[in-house]
Amino acid sequence: MTQTAHRAHPTPAMYWGIALFLAVVTALEVAVPYIPALDPVRVPLLLIMAVIKFGTVVAFFMHLRYDKKLYRTLFLFGVIGAIPLFLVVLLTMHAF
Amino acid sequence: MTSQTAPVEAQEHHDIRPIRKAAMWVFLGSEAMFFGSMIATFLLYRNNTADGPGSEIFDIPFTSASSFVLLMSSLTMVLAHNAFEKRDGRGTRIWLAATALLGITFLAGQIYEFTEFVDKGLTLSTSSFGSSFYMLTGFHGAHVAIGIVMLLAMFFLSLEGRLHEERGLNVELVGLYWHFVDIVWIVIFTVVYLLQA
Repeated sequence: MTQTAHRAHPTPAMYWGIALFLAVVTALEVAVPYIPALDPVRVPLLLIMAVIKFGTVVAFFMHLRYDKKLYRTLFLFGVIGAIPLFLVVLLTMHAF
Repeated sequence: MTSQTAPVEAQEHHDIRPIRKAAMWVFLGSEAMFFGSMIATFLLYRNNTADGPGSEIFDIPFTSASSFVLLMSSLTMVLAHNAFEKRDGRGTRIWLAATALLGITFLAGQIYEFTEFVDKGLTLSTSSFGSSFYMLTGFHGAHVAIGIVMLLAMFFLSLEGRLHEERGLNVELVGLYWHFVDIVWIVIFTVVYLLQA
């Protein structure tokens, strides 16, 4: 397998299934702030669900799971680079 | 031997689609940094309301509906790309139009939300919270508006039979841009709205 080899993209039926999954996660996200019992874990829970949605769209709708590794590297360089950079800035400025 | 390999080499030499796609991913990576800085700025000033309105004016059910609309536009976008790859012109146009319509619905919702917030006293100059909120969500809205223009351009190019994957705007690159706008909203919806609720 070369780096340029592609795996087959999902079918339209799979895209609908992925969209249904995203809709369910969104519904759960919206429900979390209204459930007092979940208050202690609200922040990590919402962040985890956002990461799941983000990853699902990038992997399946943007086809990053199926495309060249080069594209993944280029994109993740920006995304993963941004997180520690701005976290350091926010911690330095006592934002939390 | 040379005569057999030359056309293949020439074809590979002229196929710049992988380069354009790589350039788009670099652009999206830089956009992630851009929106990252705006989200960081909002987090920094989220409590600096200067006695003006803060996150309590957010209408979570309304924004949730807008978020759902934008999320579903990613589905219609990927279906447009799928139809385009199958050389299904009609299907491509239907899904492109659906994506543009969902994008316009999202933008209309954002404009309505902004007017509501202004009525409640939150403007760009009310506080650092207001400035960072409007800058972040406004820039995202501007990205959605640019995406809608590109979607409509592709729709009309397709109608005229001038939508080609090899040159100019193509469905895949615009699709990547559109999905990126969606994932940025996934982060904004969680960090700006749900976590502050």
